[in-house]
Amino acid sequence: MVQRTSSGGATVELSTAREEYIQAFRLMILGRILDEKFATLYRAGKIHGGVFIGRGQEALSVSIGIALREGDVFAPLIRDQAGRLAFGETILDAARTYFGSVQGPMRGRDGNVHRGRPREGYLPMISHLGAMISVVNGTLFAKRMKGLTGFVGAACIGDGATSTGSFHEALNQAAIEKLPLVLIVANNQYAYSTPTSRQFACHTLADKAPGYGIEASQVDGTDLGSCLRVVGEAVKRARKGSGPQMVVATLLRLCGHGEHDDAHYVDPKLKASPMGRDCLNVAEGYLREKRWADDVILESWRQEAVDQVETAIAKVQREPAPDPLKENWCALAARHLTEVFPEV
Amino acid sequence: MSITYLEAIRAAQERALEEDPRVFIYGQDVGSFGGAFKATKNLAQRFPGRVIDAPISEDAMVGMAIGAAIEGMRPIIEMQFADFSMPGFNQVVNNAATLFWRTQVPCPITIRLPSGGTSGSGPFHSQCLETLYAHFPGLIVMTPATVEDAYSMLLEAVALDDPVVFCEHKLLYYHLKAECLPSEAMPVGKARIARPGRDMTIVAHSAMVHEALAAAGELASDDGTEIEVVDLRSVKPLDTDTVMASVARTGRLLCVGESWPWGGVTAEVIARVACEGFALLDAPPQRLNAKDTPVPYHPNLWKVHRPTAGSIAEAARKLLRS
Repeated sequence: MVQRTSSGGATVELSTAREEYIQAFRLMILGRILDEKFATLYRAGKIHGGVFIGRGQEALSVSIGIALREGDVFAPLIRDQAGRLAFGETILDAARTYFGSVQGPMRGRDGNVHRGRPREGYLPMISHLGAMISVVNGTLFAKRMKGLTGFVGAACIGDGATSTGSFHEALNQAAIEKLPLVLIVANNQYAYSTPTSRQFACHTLADKAPGYGIEASQVDGTDLGSCLRVVGEAVKRARKGSGPQMVVATLLRLCGHGEHDDAHYVDPKLKASPMGRDCLNVAEGYLREKRWADDVILESWRQEAVDQVETAIAKVQREPAPDPLKENWCALAARHLTEVFPEV
Repeated sequence: MSITYLEAIRAAQERALEEDPRVFIYGQDVGSFGGAFKATKNLAQRFPGRVIDAPISEDAMVGMAIGAAIEGMRPIIEMQFADFSMPGFNQVVNNAATLFWRTQVPCPITIRLPSGGTSGSGPFHSQCLETLYAHFPGLIVMTPATVEDAYSMLLEAVALDDPVVFCEHKLLYYHLKAECLPSEAMPVGKARIARPGRDMTIVAHSAMVHEALAAAGELASDDGTEIEVVDLRSVKPLDTDTVMASVARTGRLLCVGESWPWGGVTAEVIARVACEGFALLDAPPQRLNAKDTPVPYHPNLWKVHRPTAGSIAEAARKLLRS
């Protein structure tokens, strides 16, 4: 946060907004560069399995990550590298999961975007879309039972997940229990290759919220300033007890579903439309317009992010891969049972 | 004074709520109504805010339990019928069951499944689903056959750090009675010799233990044949040692299950005995399951769909002759 000065409230507020914008922008750059590094490593055959990046969604993603604080819960989805970093994930955790390092949080047992630290409120997604929303509900429900206050939980999904039964059940559940859930919906126009016309028939996804009795807001997902404001306000409303909040952002996925996908099916008209803007370019333009950054500053931020990523990747690439002979092939936590019944 | 299987389940939940502030119950109609079978009768009144009605959303019910478990709670989820756990299946097998393996954070949730056929219940209120859940790594699957086990195993389910699928049998709810609740119990994962014998081993679990015991009694009074009945108690872990020791004594094995014939607990037991104890067998091992159709509604159809004392006795006689 900015230093508080005696020059009056308006200045302080302005400085805070500027600091937040810059902090968010730098996390967006870091997320983008880290994503691009994973994509390069994938193309070089250095990463097993898929690589899923958040190109074009960084403004939205970072806005939720930055609005959360210690004690909150975060269940990101596959395009949330920027939000993960903002929530406090280290580059090392991300890289170690992609490389399957035993020093990472998932130790080679799960990979790529399936990572988290549940004890720290950072939930690891399963692949089944919508499934993590009710898990976030459960953490919030339990915190309330324990007498805690002032917390929120955020779950991120895309337009595809809004078609699942899990989405419906979890939103209804959150509304019944009036939980401080913030559901971030990135409508990036495609679920893999399926366009929104084959995904839903309502006018906008925000129309679904009143059916559950919850508040919804909409935002231009390409504009960092709008995302910070709209997502930040939704988090504040949830935090002060106004019940579940849904934020629907309109944007375009500026990449394939994964790095294996050339996204040839994306409509050129969408690419040429305002929703096809790259949120990083938009934010950079805003920084220049406000004179908060110039070429030299922007390049120094970029270089700093590149250095951080390169250092972490170089370190993780030297770490040993998991050893199947040293692996504990037991899925149960109840050790006394596994000793008696090795075949469990 | 006697206590039923259902009352034992209620009593175990009451004790768990009483002794552990991390425990809560979440399920449809479990609150002031006391549950479809009254397994939570008066618990909402006694433990305000800890016995909570859920919407008809099995997926979200289990998801909620997983989140609460991550926060250190020990939720008990009541599925109204085992059959209705299917809409929540994904959360159980893909989310709850994988959490510890993936993150080293345990997922101590207990999912109660009122299971099995009762006359007139039909295809969607009668299923035995232990086979499905036992297939997935990371789950423990309990199938208590006695009042004592219903009580002690449910308490152990809540205390375990893993997700437990607790298959309680509806046919036993009201009819099965014990003098009192047990003060000590066999550990989970250990099978029980429900009736000792030397001529043949019948392996069963849940309500089929009682059908097997009735068949064993029938054969004993017919011609003095002594059948040993092994109650598995839990199907995962599966106590292969106790089964193998019994087969070593008797040389003949019949496995009985109420679920469908393709795969399942009976197939698993026979596979293990055949692989590890083939030389112990004096005759090919046999299995008896429900017929390979949905569970029928009419009592005339229902009573021949599942193994009964009569059909088990018939299969046992045939095996004794071979």
